[in-house]
Amino acid sequence: MVIDNMLYNLGRYVTLMRSTVARPEKFSMYYKETIRQMDAIGVGSVFIVLLISVFIGMVTAVQFADQLGDSFVPSYYIGYIVRDITIIEMAPTITCLVLAGKVGSNIAAEIGGMRQKEHIDAMEIMGVNTAAYLIMPKVLAAVVVIPMLVAISAFVSIIGGYISTVLPGTISHTEYVLGLRSFFVPRYVFMMFVKAAVFAFLLTSVSCYMGYYVKGGSIELGEASTNAVVVSDVLILVFDFLIALLLT
Amino acid sequence: MIRTQDITKSFGENEVLKGITTEFYDGKPNLIIGSSGAGKTVLLKLLVGLFTPTTGKVFYDDVDLFSLDDDAIREVRMKVGMLFQGNALFDSMTVGENIRFPMDMFTKKTLKEKTKRVDECLEMVNMEGINDRFPSEVSGGMQKRVGIARAMVLEPKYLFCDEPNSGLDPKTSILIDELICDLTNRNNITTVINTHDMNSVMGIGDNIVLLKDGHLVWQGDKTQVLESEKEVLQDFIFASPFLRRLREDALKQRHAHD
Repeated sequence: MVIDNMLYNLGRYVTLMRSTVARPEKFSMYYKETIRQMDAIGVGSVFIVLLISVFIGMVTAVQFADQLGDSFVPSYYIGYIVRDITIIEMAPTITCLVLAGKVGSNIAAEIGGMRQKEHIDAMEIMGVNTAAYLIMPKVLAAVVVIPMLVAISAFVSIIGGYISTVLPGTISHTEYVLGLRSFFVPRYVFMMFVKAAVFAFLLTSVSCYMGYYVKGGSIELGEASTNAVVVSDVLILVFDFLIALLLT
Repeated sequence: MIRTQDITKSFGENEVLKGITTEFYDGKPNLIIGSSGAGKTVLLKLLVGLFTPTTGKVFYDDVDLFSLDDDAIREVRMKVGMLFQGNALFDSMTVGENIRFPMDMFTKKTLKEKTKRVDECLEMVNMEGINDRFPSEVSGGMQKRVGIARAMVLEPKYLFCDEPNSGLDPKTSILIDELICDLTNRNNITTVINTHDMNSVMGIGDNIVLLKDGHLVWQGDKTQVLESEKEVLQDFIFASPFLRRLREDALKQRHAHD
């Protein structure tokens, strides 16, 4: 039963995604909507991303400094570890998990609300390809702006690590910067952007799917919104693992 | 003209429409009536292609709607306007933007031309000067009119109205009916109205289709409603003793006049 349900949803999701790839009725309308979504998803999420990123950086640095303690590992490793953990894992994964909660639930509620108020039916009757008009701009906007947010997150996390270790005097400025410059593997930055783009696609497309097929009333809308977050989070973690396997 | 041919529609085990064959004519209001759960909304959504029939066909003039591919269906839909029961006006857009939306999406008109057409449509429904208000800032009756204006903006060949009088007082209901009737006659469009408002039936019912439990049980016009002895029709239209007395009086007067 559970597998049947999963396969049914997977089939419907793939069909919906396929119908989003269509020639726009009018390019300018899709362009405007994409820019609006970039603003909503990108600019609208900057504050929360900055907030979580600075704390992730600070906590990572403090914890690692404590682990090092009196060991023989050079203290400049703190900068090195904060940099790599942030770039490889924390910035893309944690940022996208948070965005699944903020952006994903918002998208599911917005599209679900449109379904319930017959806005989607109204557009269909006008001749609009609603799957394309409502979903494609959101996915496209997310795939462009979320990697930017992730890059900002990585940068701010590294600054967070600096604040929590250099300012209290745990290590010196020179040691932290030396750590940041040591053993740099450019491929990890590529991996960060791949993860960010894949997670962005997952969290927006899944949320759109959940909202697009909402039936019933406010309880079902709430469920769709919750499911959008839960399913997006699970998929982000699964794909995090798969990308790690593929790219390391 | 829109024609249905032996339409059935099932949701799982539940057969909602059972072999509906009928016609909806140009230039006159065509009413679908019936009690709640009779299948009116399903039939209307089927006519506009939001549902696909389990069996049977829907013809727009002589084109079988469900034999078309998605792109061709969208082209047919561009000739369709629809007024929804809940109006379906986009909350985040102003009245003017709501009416302009189909033009923004499908036409190459300049902003000036589109604004002119929006003003024309608002004038058509006697709602001039509310372009900048949001749907939440106008009354239910005004929202209905705006919905009609949006449905008419691309000069449709077919107009569908789902319960246009729901939630309105009798006086406003009559105004909305007259407006739809006037637009239908003036533009010679095929209008299909889903209603259970008896004022509408007796006021603008030039072609009435009565559904009961998914069956088409009667078809005629408003003059035949009064004369018909069909029990299922009389039970539905003249449900209360007061309305039955009114009918008897009307019939007596008519016979005396004859």
